[in-house]
Amino acid sequence: MSEPRLARLLALALVALVLLNFPMLAVIDRLALGGLPLLPFYLFLAWGAVIAIAAWSIERADGE
Amino acid sequence: MGSLASAAVLVSLLYLALLFAIASWGDRRAEAGRSVIANPYVYTLSLAVYCTAWTYFGSVGVAAAQGVGFLPVYLGPTLLAFLFLGVVRKILVITKAYGITSIADFASARYGKSGTVAGLVTIVALVGSIPYISLQLKAVATGIELLIGHEGGRAVLPGIGADTALIVALVLAVFSILFGTRHIDATEHHQGMVLAIAFESIVKLVCFLAVGVFVTWTLFGGPFDLLARAEEAGLTERLAFEGTRLGAADWFVLTLLSGLAALLLPRQFQVVVIENLDIRHLERASWLFPLYLFVINLFVLPIAFGGLLLGGDVREADSFVLALPLVHGQGWLAILAFLGGLSAATAMVIVETVAVSTMISNDLVMPILLRVRALGLAEKPDLTRLILGVRRAGIVLAILGGYLFFHGVGEAMGLVSIGYIAFAGVAQFAPLLLLGITWKGANRNGAVAGLLAGFALWLYTLVLPSFVTAGVLPTSLVTEGPFGFDLLRPTALFGLEGLNPVAHCAIWSLAVNTGLLVLVSLSTRASDLERLQAILFVDVEESRRTPRLWRGEAKVGALEELLVRFLGRPAAEAIWRAEEARRGRPLAPDEPADAGLVERAERQLARAIGAASARAVVASTVRGETIGPDALMEILDETQKVLEYSRRLEQKSQELEAATAELRRANERLRELDRLKDDFLATVSHELRTPLTSIRSFSEILLDNPELDEAERAHFLRIITSESERLTRLINDVLDLSKIESGRMHWQVGLADLGELVAAAIRAGEGIFAEKGVALEVAIPAEATPVVCDRDRIVQVVLNLLSNACKFVPSPGGRVRVELRRRGGVFEVRVEDNGPGVPPAHREAVFEKFHQLTGDLNTQKPTGTGLGLTISRQIVERFGGRIWVEDSSLGGAALCFTLPVAEEVGALAA
Repeated sequence: MSEPRLARLLALALVALVLLNFPMLAVIDRLALGGLPLLPFYLFLAWGAVIAIAAWSIERADGE
Repeated sequence: MGSLASAAVLVSLLYLALLFAIASWGDRRAEAGRSVIANPYVYTLSLAVYCTAWTYFGSVGVAAAQGVGFLPVYLGPTLLAFLFLGVVRKILVITKAYGITSIADFASARYGKSGTVAGLVTIVALVGSIPYISLQLKAVATGIELLIGHEGGRAVLPGIGADTALIVALVLAVFSILFGTRHIDATEHHQGMVLAIAFESIVKLVCFLAVGVFVTWTLFGGPFDLLARAEEAGLTERLAFEGTRLGAADWFVLTLLSGLAALLLPRQFQVVVIENLDIRHLERASWLFPLYLFVINLFVLPIAFGGLLLGGDVREADSFVLALPLVHGQGWLAILAFLGGLSAATAMVIVETVAVSTMISNDLVMPILLRVRALGLAEKPDLTRLILGVRRAGIVLAILGGYLFFHGVGEAMGLVSIGYIAFAGVAQFAPLLLLGITWKGANRNGAVAGLLAGFALWLYTLVLPSFVTAGVLPTSLVTEGPFGFDLLRPTALFGLEGLNPVAHCAIWSLAVNTGLLVLVSLSTRASDLERLQAILFVDVEESRRTPRLWRGEAKVGALEELLVRFLGRPAAEAIWRAEEARRGRPLAPDEPADAGLVERAERQLARAIGAASARAVVASTVRGETIGPDALMEILDETQKVLEYSRRLEQKSQELEAATAELRRANERLRELDRLKDDFLATVSHELRTPLTSIRSFSEILLDNPELDEAERAHFLRIITSESERLTRLINDVLDLSKIESGRMHWQVGLADLGELVAAAIRAGEGIFAEKGVALEVAIPAEATPVVCDRDRIVQVVLNLLSNACKFVPSPGGRVRVELRRRGGVFEVRVEDNGPGVPPAHREAVFEKFHQLTGDLNTQKPTGTGLGLTISRQIVERFGGRIWVEDSSLGGAALCFTLPVAEEVGALAA
């Protein structure tokens, strides 16, 4: 795997670390739809997005 | 036993048989060279062995009580998959380069092929695996009991009299033995096993999703209905962060711990690293594996909340996956759900026990047995059976340990709590592994110290409290600390409170582990082998290109025998054929094995029995094996020789440059001399032609005019004669000069009286003086004037000076004065005249060849050859004297020369 791709994934991992950790979670935790906390939806959404971006990044690079 | 339970058992047995069939098929394909697992998809599915009964049953249990608190376990591997891709790739490269067989083998090889490190890692891995295996036993046993209990059966199988967990343990042990230790192979890839667990990953995913879909859309009207009902019941508060009952630090630490576990758990290391067939598979797997985790977790919350809404007890939530279909009369779905759990559990147990038992045999038992000389194992002809036996015993030990842990502690704990114990345990490998491949300074002492301390803290802060929870140990230990020492409370060590016990343990143990590893490494000395291995691991890409460092003597036959004993004859012979093919010639048993052969043999052995064992057995065969100080010095010498050689080359090239410059200078001098010679020849020819021309013209006049009178004829003839004489003189002078200059002059050296010589010269020249009417004054002292010289040549010099003086004095009225006197250590002869003198600018030039003053000074035809003074200088200098021109007291020039006084008259005279 080329170094730029490794670097891209590393950057993505750091972004994911911020998205899926504190203090980001504390911010999201304040959001609620009526009595329904949005935290679980956010977690799955952010998680899925990170995986999708990683997939795109890795598979796109395959064509290079 | 009810019909449902019977069906479940029957289906389970069929399922296990199917697994066998799949594994055998995978193995056969691998042997045929048409691997079915060599693609990133099977690789990803094999990584999903990460999802065990913990995920399958336990996540729902956590979700029911703590909302999203189950997620860090899956977020961790996702993050680490991206973050550590480079690290994992490096570990893979190292593993493939050095034939690593397990995580213990990896650590041992890195730290100087140390048996201590290998054994310690094995023990930690074994101890860490036991709770985890017990978790699987508990899940399967609970599942079976649930199936039986639902139909009013008892928790004890009829006719056997043992509890369910023991039965499950025994079945799993037999299954794992049959599965994992069918044969010992040189490559240590278990392709059939990998294929089987990949299949299991599909089964558990499909089963779990099936239950999830059933709960969401059959028991409820879809996810929104489920949510609305949960909100009504006031359950959604649990979905906020507060509901997780975790702090910010807990969340972070659990994420980190899970990420590490996805690589460091023995079974994870086995599938991620050891069973990997192609490093390139890692790339696609790095997003496919997180995707698998994502998908399998989608229905965790719906199942958990569905179960709660339908009246399930939070404490029983671990069994919701199975219980929900069961209580709603979906018998086949319940069996499917049980099958999924079984597949998750069996996959974990198979891979874990294969990994751990390989470590036990390769890194713990065999090295010890091989060292015990009394057993004489090193001489046994076939050790493959022994190795397999040890591995089987290892499997039984791990599973039985799991059963005992379950019996003693596990019954009282949730699935996930048990799993976390294992996570924190294997996390202790992280410092020595991650630092080991990035920092050359990490050494064996540091690794052992860090691992021991981390292990001890893990036991104290996490395992010990679990015994308290189980009621085996008194509660006061946790609440008040041992012997009442408040600071030493296991779950709040040194007052660190407010953390989840797992996070608390991880923080303490990893901090101390890492700290000790670094500190001890910095303050102790590593052995040569350790330092070498450190370089081989940290700079793996560079190191693979450099040749081996083995030294020693071993016969080819002895090595082959070694391979036969450990790998079996077919495998050993295959290796030997490959070796011969690579050399292009057969290997004779009694020829000495070279370093490359020894190294490859050791590597092949290491694949089967681990680096530490391979080292031990090869060392027993290869005498004088070392990479000790001597060998290192040799390598150093080699390097220095190369350096020296290059230095010499540089020096040579400098010398060459100098020589070239010298040659160039010499060449320039030669050219200059050549030019001088040409000039000289040109001048000489010119000088020769002048008299020749006059001789020829006068001869022609005489020939053409026979009527010329006698007086005129005589005049012409005189001219011809004098010109001929001049020609003769010139030729003599040229010959003399060339003789002197080339050093071929024959000198008649002897003692002479300079006064006599001067007098002789004056006598010879009297004629010309008289002819021109020149007044000659002579002042020669009466005493002896001894000099060492060639008499005739000195006379020639004086005569030359006299004739020169005579040439330039006016006629009549010319005066010449010859004087000889002693001046210190020399005699000086002065010939003065009252001629025009020589201007100071020309005083040196007169000694050059063919320099004729006459041409400038008067119109009279020159009579000299232009070589007289040049020859005189050569002669005088030959005898240590000096010759020069200065002003004369008579008004003209004074030509002077000196000769050293001959001191040792007596000696020379004798």
